[in-house]
Amino acid sequence: MDQQTLSLLVVGATFVLYIGIAIWARAGSTSEFYVAGRGINPIANGMATAADWMSAASFISMAGLIAFLGFTGGAFLMGWTGGYVLMALLLAPYLRKFGKFTVPEFIGDRYYSKLARVIAVIALIVISVTYVIGQMRGVGIAFSNILEVPLATGLFAGMAVVFIYAVLGGMKGITYTQIAQYVIMIFAYTVPAVFIAITLTGNPLPQLGLGSTLQGTDTYLLDALDQTMIDLGFHAYTAVGGMSLMNMFLLTLALMIGTAGLPHVIIRFFTVPRVRDARKSAGWALVFIGILYTTAPAVGAMAIWNLVNTVHPGEIGTEEGHLAHADKPAWMERWEQTGLLAFEDKNNDGVIQYYNDGNEEFAAMAEEEYGWEGSEIVTLDRDIMVLANPEIAGLPGWVIALVAAGGIAAALSTAAGLLLAISSAISHDLLKGVFMPRISEKRELLAGRIAMAVAILFAGYLGLNPPGFAAEVVALAFGLAAASLFPTLMMGIFMKKMNKEGAIAGMLVGLGTTLVYIFMYKGWFFFPATAMLPDTPEGWLLGVNPTGFGAIGAVFNFVTAYIVMKLTAEPPKDIQDLVESVRVPRTET
Amino acid sequence: MSQEDLSRQAYWRAHLRLLGICLAIWFLVSFVLGILVAQPLNAIQLGGYPLGFWFAQQGSIYTFIILIFVYAWRMNVLDRKFNVHEE
Repeated sequence: MDQQTLSLLVVGATFVLYIGIAIWARAGSTSEFYVAGRGINPIANGMATAADWMSAASFISMAGLIAFLGFTGGAFLMGWTGGYVLMALLLAPYLRKFGKFTVPEFIGDRYYSKLARVIAVIALIVISVTYVIGQMRGVGIAFSNILEVPLATGLFAGMAVVFIYAVLGGMKGITYTQIAQYVIMIFAYTVPAVFIAITLTGNPLPQLGLGSTLQGTDTYLLDALDQTMIDLGFHAYTAVGGMSLMNMFLLTLALMIGTAGLPHVIIRFFTVPRVRDARKSAGWALVFIGILYTTAPAVGAMAIWNLVNTVHPGEIGTEEGHLAHADKPAWMERWEQTGLLAFEDKNNDGVIQYYNDGNEEFAAMAEEEYGWEGSEIVTLDRDIMVLANPEIAGLPGWVIALVAAGGIAAALSTAAGLLLAISSAISHDLLKGVFMPRISEKRELLAGRIAMAVAILFAGYLGLNPPGFAAEVVALAFGLAAASLFPTLMMGIFMKKMNKEGAIAGMLVGLGTTLVYIFMYKGWFFFPATAMLPDTPEGWLLGVNPTGFGAIGAVFNFVTAYIVMKLTAEPPKDIQDLVESVRVPRTET
Repeated sequence: MSQEDLSRQAYWRAHLRLLGICLAIWFLVSFVLGILVAQPLNAIQLGGYPLGFWFAQQGSIYTFIILIFVYAWRMNVLDRKFNVHEE
């Protein structure tokens, strides 16, 4: 059986599994559709949350991102996990106690204002839609690059499966498929990592292998990698640098606050039976996420080590120190066909040089000493670091098939969670909450299903015609969640006197400043020609990178809300009582 | 102020104290050890890991996990003590 048939069979089998779950876990009420009837075991919810959270970006792109950033990659690792501490300590248990269906519903009730609820819905939809675009791209990458199926065909297959289990089962169907998707995803991620860790270091645990010596030597892998990177004109892999400490600090903080404020993750904690389950479940979620997130740095470092050592098998600058263009291994040739990897023999010496030609001093030295005329890996998409891993390590065909299935599982599980957040905001917050308060439960459930179907079609359209700015917008989604929803939710719980005026002003200022700051550098509505300032460290206001601005937007939100609250009337007594009641797990009635 | 209100206030204060301790640890392992003082820490080795790098890419995540479980456990104790625990 050839590789493509095998891969398609494995991916097909996972699809059959998801559809089977959909038929078994149909939703019969709005409670089942929105919050899975609040009957999910906290450990199972932790697993579903991990799949909900870990997107195509975590599975496909993150290890490659770390591989090229080195130490600074820690901002993403800490940011995307530390957010769970904030969510578990500051938001999830209280929102579970509140006991409603959606995040905007809490904001609307707590701030006794339909306007606040509508602003929250808008923020939620902007955040979630931008996120969904990235997932659709992930499904496309897995299909077109690993399975070699046309992108549109793959996308339609993926959308059809999500359609079946999300429209039929709502949160209930999504939860059980996410559990299955987590198992597939984590298996697909760790199996190649374990094999590579054994090959390089003899230690089967990637987390320990990264801190071990190279097989058959006394040299630590990270020390050897540091030296190799310096020899090629890059900065040492583990050394602090590449981003100012302030920007690493702000980016980490913005990702943490943004993570804690993502509505599609928060609503997962509405599905457990009790407040204490919500706390525990967040811990389990981070255990399941941590398995991938502590493996990723090893995958990244080992992948870049393997790549550099394949291209430069011996001492740099000597004849045997370079791989000949003609001798490239099969996996390189295969990935060249996808366009994610490309070589060019710039100095016509028949061998490959890979080095940092952006480092002027090193490039000048290399030209004089070695006759190099530029790095000859001209395209190196970071996604290859994970996608090509099984081939680089020479693993059997079923592992390659598993990585394809894992990438698709990661994208579909996150897409489904986001689509549920979008459709419940439309059917529950806008339709029932604002326009048709008297709608019956049966019709609301139908409306939820229709909203879900429309959202899936819309996401599919965006997947086929991705806006050119998709990657930029994902950073924006975190910034917006950090600057709008997180502070408003947190103040709603921790500041009894926070009122409607303060919350609305805070959300608008947080959203507004973050949008304006990002647009100034990335272009208004992401048309690059309209950027007003250069997107470089010199051009940034006080040196603040737009991707980390969400943390500052959050501060603006807090400060504005506080000042406006001081100038306006206290919230009514029943609202203050509501705050008191969400703060304790059991209230006497 | 009723007896119940007083105990409610005491519960909330005890809770805030626990939150403060947990968030201080959260801040220490990530922002301080993993970013601000990572460079000097890198002079110390943990096996093959420079210590600052280890905190930024491994240690902070392990600490976060432990932190959430410890928080959940301490909150359960607190809920029982103030008789606001669920069935």
